[in-house]
Parts: sequence; C-alpha cells; structure tokens
Amino acid sequence: MNIFTEFGRYLLMLKDMFSKPENFKMYWKELMHQCVEIGIRSLGIVVIISFFMGAVSALQTAYQLVSPLLPRSTIAMIVRDTVILEFSPTLVCIVLAGVVGSKIAGELGNMRVSEQIDALEIMGINTRTYLVLPKILAAMITIPLLVVISMVLGIWGGRLASVATGIVAASQFDKGLFQDFIPYNVFFALAKAYTFSFIISSISSFYGYYVNGGALEIGRASTQSVIVSCVLILLADYVLSAVLL
Amino acid sequence: MIEIKNLKKAFEGKTVINGVSAVMQSGKCNLIIGSSGSGKTVFMKCLVGLFEPDSGEISYGGQNFTTMNEEERKILRQQIGMLFQGSALFDSMTVEQNIMFPLDMFTKDSFSAKQKRVNEVLARVNLEEVNDKFPAEISGGMKKRVGIARAIVLNPKYLFCDEPNSGLDPQTSILIDKLIKEITLEFKITTVVNTHDMNSVMETGDHIIYMDQGVKEWEGSNREIIFSKNKKLNDFIFASEFLQDAKDMRMLEMKGKIDNNRNMDELLK
Repeated sequence: MNIFTEFGRYLLMLKDMFSKPENFKMYWKELMHQCVEIGIRSLGIVVIISFFMGAVSALQTAYQLVSPLLPRSTIAMIVRDTVILEFSPTLVCIVLAGVVGSKIAGELGNMRVSEQIDALEIMGINTRTYLVLPKILAAMITIPLLVVISMVLGIWGGRLASVATGIVAASQFDKGLFQDFIPYNVFFALAKAYTFSFIISSISSFYGYYVNGGALEIGRASTQSVIVSCVLILLADYVLSAVLL
Repeated sequence: MIEIKNLKKAFEGKTVINGVSAVMQSGKCNLIIGSSGSGKTVFMKCLVGLFEPDSGEISYGGQNFTTMNEEERKILRQQIGMLFQGSALFDSMTVEQNIMFPLDMFTKDSFSAKQKRVNEVLARVNLEEVNDKFPAEISGGMKKRVGIARAIVLNPKYLFCDEPNSGLDPQTSILIDKLIKEITLEFKITTVVNTHDMNSVMETGDHIIYMDQGVKEWEGSNREIIFSKNKKLNDFIFASEFLQDAKDMRMLEMKGKIDNNRNMDELLK
C-alpha cells in the first residue's frame, strides 16, 4: 500500500470520527477513562524525565559556561528557555509517543484482531467516534497539561541540581529565572504540545485501528506508530519553530 | 427473513463470493457450511455489513440493506445480534458490563432495570454468579454463552453466529448448539450460523446452505442432507469412514429399517 493510500485512509478515519454519538453519557465516560489512561498513567514517567532533564541541563550548561564575564544566573535563564522551548514539549512528547502511542496502537490492534471492533460495529456504534475520538480528545486535554507540569518540574530539577552542587546560589538562580522572561515562549510550547498530542494519538489510533492479522501485526503496528509519530513530531517541531518563532 | 440476491465479493481481483442467492428463513436455524476458505465467513460479514459486497442485494424483512445509508444501518443493526468466533468480549469489562453495554448505549433504562435484564439473559444461557468475572477468568464455553447473552440482550430479530463451536469440546459444543436452537425457537429470531461442525449440521440445521469456492453448491434441510447425491457435499460432510458409516446408519434409521431402540450389539452382528 503506497503512502498516498495510507494518508487517504488516515484522513477518512479522521473525517468519520465526527458523527452524532449514540449516547452522549457513554462517550463522556469513555473520554474520562482515556484521560486517566493517557494522562494520569503517564504522569510518573513525565515527572522522572522532566526532573532529570532539568537537572542535567543545568549541570551541562554550567560546564560549558566557563567565561567569568557571564553571570551565573545565566544558567537559570538557559535552563528555563531550553526546558520551555524544547525539552518539555518535544522530548516529553517523543517519550509519550512511545508510552501512549504504543498503548493506543496495541489496544486498538488487539480489539481489531479479536473482533471487538466488529462487535461494536454490529451493535450499530460508529467505532471511529467511540474508540478514536475520545483518545484524540483525551490526548489533547492531558498531554499539554503534562507538558506544563514537565516545564515546572524541569526548571525545579535544574534549580535543585544547581543549588545542591553549589554551581549557583538559590537566590541567583531565582533571579535568572525571571530575567528577560518571554511569556510567548509558553504559548509556543503549548502550541507544540497540542500539535504533538494530536500527532501521537491520531497516528497510533490509525495504525491500531487498521491492523490486519494477528499478534505479530499488532507488535509491528505499535512499533510503526511510534516511529511515524516521532518523525512527524520532529518535522512539526521544525515547521512550528520556523513559523512561530 | 433475510433475502440475498446474486451476492458477489472479490478481494484484490480474487473472487470470494460468486453470485450467491439465498433466503434465510424466519424463526429457523439457517446454517452456512463449507470447508475453510469456501467464503462462508466473508458471506456472513457481507450480510451484517462488515464487508461491502461488490454487487447483489441483501434485504432484511423487505428492507434493502445494501442501499441503506449509515444512519438507517445503525437502526437496523440494533435488531442484529452476533456471536463471534472468538466471542469478542470486551477485555476491560466484566461479564455484567459486557452484557450491559448495548443496554447502556441504546436504552435509557435505570441501572436496576438493566441489571435485571442482564441477570435474565445470563440465566437464559445457564450462567450464574459470573457477573463480576472478567473474560480472561472464564472458560471458552462460558465466553460463548456470555457472547450469546450479549447478542440477545436487546431482543434482536436476527442472530448471527460465526463458528460457535470452534475451540470447544464436543459436550460444550452440543450445549451451545442446543442453546442457539432453543433461543431461535423461543424468540422466533432468524438465526444464521456459520459452521463446519457436523453435530450442528445434524441437530440444528433447519435450513442448510453448502458453499464451495464462493458458490452455493447445495441447499436443503438436515434430513435432506443425508440423502443428497451431491458429491462435493458428501465428501465434505462425511469426510471420514466413521462419518460415512454414521450417515448410512442414519439413512437406514430414517427409512425406518432400523428400530431406534434396537440393541446396538444386535445391529453390529
């Protein structure tokens, strides 16, 4: 199957997601369930990654800033901007492409192979609306929130590492943190988070929903969804940076 | 009644269903039999709309299913129940939640009313005290019965069963066959069963369609199948010597030459 056919099927899946729900309450319940699955269950890994990402970023920035002419508070500024602009939205989303993406593709793939999707279709339920849409919405609600949490934790990790190793004093770090802060950077990071969360959830849903075969194909679909999501995230990262910055 | 006219379906140029016409009779167990790869599963999936036929017509009680739009199909599908080969129970839900799912989705009944209905259908399929178990915690036969319970919970007019006996031991297979037959008669539904289980053929086949390489090769009842002269059908149904002998015995029985109560030892002499 060529890339254009695949892309066409992907667009059709997205188009078919928008139909009137058979029972709004059930769809709401599914959305909340997905928010827990995608958001809450990913919180642990996001906390760990963000904290160490900020800490390592602070230490490595300090290692490179050898000039005595530069104030030490610059470390805080660099940590803040790299975490907000790149590390939190992009790195966290790439990790989530693996964690959430493979989970979504695996879940839908298993439902397809074990005929659970067919069972829903027979009942008269639009499976794209019931299974795919809540996942995409839940990802777009929870992933930007995770990115915000990641920003806070990343900066906090950087501060903790800097102070603990004696690179920068807490007061100096705090001073640098608020120095030349551009609120637009947060908007830019959130724009990236929304775009990436859509990519992660829709691509993995697509690969899972259209699995054909057995257990081997489910595994392949999961891997494929992670690879494609990561590549598209990097591509979108470049495009958004070029357009919005 | 389901009426099928000249149904055709091909995948990537390979014809799988080639002009099949048939009538699935109301209140009866309609069996589709055939060897693996004969096209019976594709045929059934075309009937329920999981596959779109390339040409032909499928009518449910006079309503043309093939020309219906998505909304009209949704309404009709609420009258269809289906038991899948692997039961297709939702892994993340308990037995009760699985059966309650169609009620949750399509009715506005209170929770207690829905629970009552779930218990009714579970009792009907002879299952009790499994409400809180997950599909992974119950046996294959139980899964099939839960699948049947879920399929009939909305009182469907049409019941489709895709190989209901696959992976089951002979005793459980007989129980499932009996259950499908009883439910068909009790609720007067049009049941279509896809099978290659010979017990199902002989015990539940009110109306049998034999398919071979995407073509309807033979049609008749379980009584007629014994006397059929169709070579392909005979080779398929009575594949082993044991089954051939059983057929000969049944033929003699049906012709009244053997008294059913006669001692088997005497018969073997």
